[in-house]
Amino acid sequence: MALVSHIAEEQVSTPVSSSKSITLKIFRYNPEHDDSSKFMEFTVPYEKWTTVLEAILEVKKHFDHSVAVRYSCRQATCGSCGMMINGKPRLACFTKISELDSNVVTVEPMNNFPIIRDLAVKFERLFDTHQKIKPYLIRDDTELETDEREFLQTPEEVEQYIQFANCIKCGLCNSACPTMATDSSFVGPQALAQAYRYVADSRDKGKDSRLKIIDESHGIWRCHFAGSCSQVCPKGVDPAMGIQLLRGYLLGFRS
Amino acid sequence: MTNDENKEGIGGMANPRRYGIERVAYLLMRLSGLGLLAYFVAHIYETSNILRGQVGWNEFLELTQTTGGHIFLAIVIGMCVFHTVNGVRVMLGHGGVGVGKPARPDYPYDPASQNYRHKIGIYSAIVLAAVAMMYGLAVMFGE
Ligand code: HEM
Ligand code: SF4
Ligand code: FES
Repeated sequence: MALVSHIAEEQVSTPVSSSKSITLKIFRYNPEHDDSSKFMEFTVPYEKWTTVLEAILEVKKHFDHSVAVRYSCRQATCGSCGMMINGKPRLACFTKISELDSNVVTVEPMNNFPIIRDLAVKFERLFDTHQKIKPYLIRDDTELETDEREFLQTPEEVEQYIQFANCIKCGLCNSACPTMATDSSFVGPQALAQAYRYVADSRDKGKDSRLKIIDESHGIWRCHFAGSCSQVCPKGVDPAMGIQLLRGYLLGFRS
Repeated sequence: MTNDENKEGIGGMANPRRYGIERVAYLLMRLSGLGLLAYFVAHIYETSNILRGQVGWNEFLELTQTTGGHIFLAIVIGMCVFHTVNGVRVMLGHGGVGVGKPARPDYPYDPASQNYRHKIGIYSAIVLAAVAMMYGLAVMFGE
């Protein structure tokens, strides 16, 4: 009995609804109807663990259901929820309000992506450039023809590309890139990192054709190694590293 | 809306505040490159004053003897040193030198390419440029 009341007491002393709150400023814009964009402000309670995505969903639930936001996995896996959070591209589901250290959290659509509505942006170009670098193993035979039924790799060989295979196609890197900011035709850090991912794969034989694809005027040479892509990547892909290693092949430093 | 593609534009490209010292170096490299190019063109024009004979040449050279001229030349020295030292760093990086090795990343995913070797390169370029500017100013104003 004593124990039960102790627990009850503890529950009472644990606040059910948080006393802490932030101002969430949400970018609103519908290109089909609106002449200009605007911000709407909401006061949202949060806990130490509340993510920006949860705060946006709180707004949708209690204040304005019409806020457009794309999300799915809520665990930094699907790559849907990239947006500008306090001026930098981040995943809303992977960014805690408490880590932002600010009483105001401003969310805007990712830069360098066309806006569908509010926080949702078009990914067509990202998928196009991703596809352009041939994101699959290129070789003449198939696994089914060989006796082993699979192409074996040593752990060291896996280590060469596995980091780049972490990419979830969220586009944060393309949003942070200074070249993307002004060049609509640049292939972008996401696709270039994926070109490296396949070039570095010991099972792949498509190196020459891939290098040819990125060796063009709006290809790899537009990278100035500013490194912003790597700084915002939520999966540790480090596109800047992949791009410089890739350029090493083209310049003849690597073979 | 700035444009349909929602591109960040030149303002975003040139904003050095968000992505660490590497983005600062990126901006300084561009500015110093363009500055040196402008200086190079102006330099050809300036030295072509020799065609106006000794008087014309001396007249123009006097511009560099003013306080403004000294400060201008100090900035050129700074741009030169930063652009050269950082240029060597960037060329090494572009060749894949010192950008780290691929490895299974771990949270919090500090990118290996944004490492201390390149940061030291950037800070050295800035410090050397500052020292060269101060030396240049000391020589020019010490005359
Ligand atoms: C030995 C000295 C120099 C070295 C090592 C050097 C190196 C470099 C490198 C590596 C870049 C490319 C940076 C990037 O990818 O972002 C660059 C860009 C540039 N450099 Fe130089 N450079 C030197 C001297 C000069 C001089 C004397 C001029 C002017 C006449 C100049 C003008 C430029 C310009 C205009 C750019 C393009 C800037 C941009 O749009 O980002 N450079 N330099
Ligand atoms: S490289 Fe990183 S930031 Fe770029 S799309 Fe892939 S996961 Fe996102
Ligand atoms: S909701 Fe899937 S990455 Fe954020």
